[in-house]
Amino acid sequence: MDFNNIKKLLSTNHGEAISVLEDTEIILVPAEKWSEIAKDLKENKDLTFDYLSCITGYDNGAGKSIGVAYNFYSMAKKHSLEIRIEVDRENPEVPSVEKIWRTADWMEREVYDMYGVSFKDHWDLRRILLPSDWDGFPLRKDYKEPDYYNGMPVPKDKSYWE
Amino acid sequence: MDLSVIEKFNKDNVVVEKLENLVNWARSGSPWFFQFGLACCAIEMMAAAAPRHDLERFGAMPRASPRQSDVMIVAGTVTLKMASRVKRLYEQMTDPKYVISMGSCANSGGPYWQHGYHVLKGVDLIVPVDVYVPGCPPRPEALIYGIMELQRKIRNEKPYTKSA
Repeated sequence: MDFNNIKKLLSTNHGEAISVLEDTEIILVPAEKWSEIAKDLKENKDLTFDYLSCITGYDNGAGKSIGVAYNFYSMAKKHSLEIRIEVDRENPEVPSVEKIWRTADWMEREVYDMYGVSFKDHWDLRRILLPSDWDGFPLRKDYKEPDYYNGMPVPKDKSYWE
Repeated sequence: MDLSVIEKFNKDNVVVEKLENLVNWARSGSPWFFQFGLACCAIEMMAAAAPRHDLERFGAMPRASPRQSDVMIVAGTVTLKMASRVKRLYEQMTDPKYVISMGSCANSGGPYWQHGYHVLKGVDLIVPVDVYVPGCPPRPEALIYGIMELQRKIRNEKPYTKSA
């Protein structure tokens, strides 16, 4: 199926919840509806998105929303799809799909580690790369480097290097 | 290799030499290094230890335990998460101990200098470094030269002379 057919099918199943990002082939869904849409993506006989290739986090800039992008591929149907969810940066909460695609487990932990998106109902949501006592989410645009980490200096003044 | 001690053998197989020189000769002739790597520099370190470059010609042999090693080659990016472990391993080594900082990351943070929120900007912030080997990553020849520089340094030490 091509993108337009996938979009039409999802729209008939989920109505207003499905919208397309302008000038792209990306579907934007609200976080509240994500659980049931995700289940449909996997289980609908015409979609059968059995492979979640990637989950990416992104930051739309200070004061704007935090996003999560999901890339799907169907081994059975040989078609692919990108889905994005954008949430408030103060309290970013997205339902976990770790029970639908097992591979989402670590991918969601990575997005949590870097952007602080909390995935609801994830069985083990903790940092995956950074040490557990790390403060803040470093890939956010408004992240500030600390001066010290556990007594080790993280120099800010880099002028003497030039 | 410093053969000056051996050259002093006379026909009676007796050497008369300062103890300090003998100790330095022994220490510099066996800089056993601690076998651990942090990033791509470790690949070059492995290549240096492998038959083509053969570090064992210089007496340098990889040891799998910090208790048995004399030299720590910090080969790769020292992240802040790893830094406390590197320091712990250095503290577990027995004296005399030396550190070779291998590659730009271990020297100064390297490409992570400007935006690497997670990288320690030089391993010399946590452990004392004897020899810095520049490069990204340094070729095995550069590491071998670094080890030879360390041997030169050890030979000029005065372990039994009290400093004023």
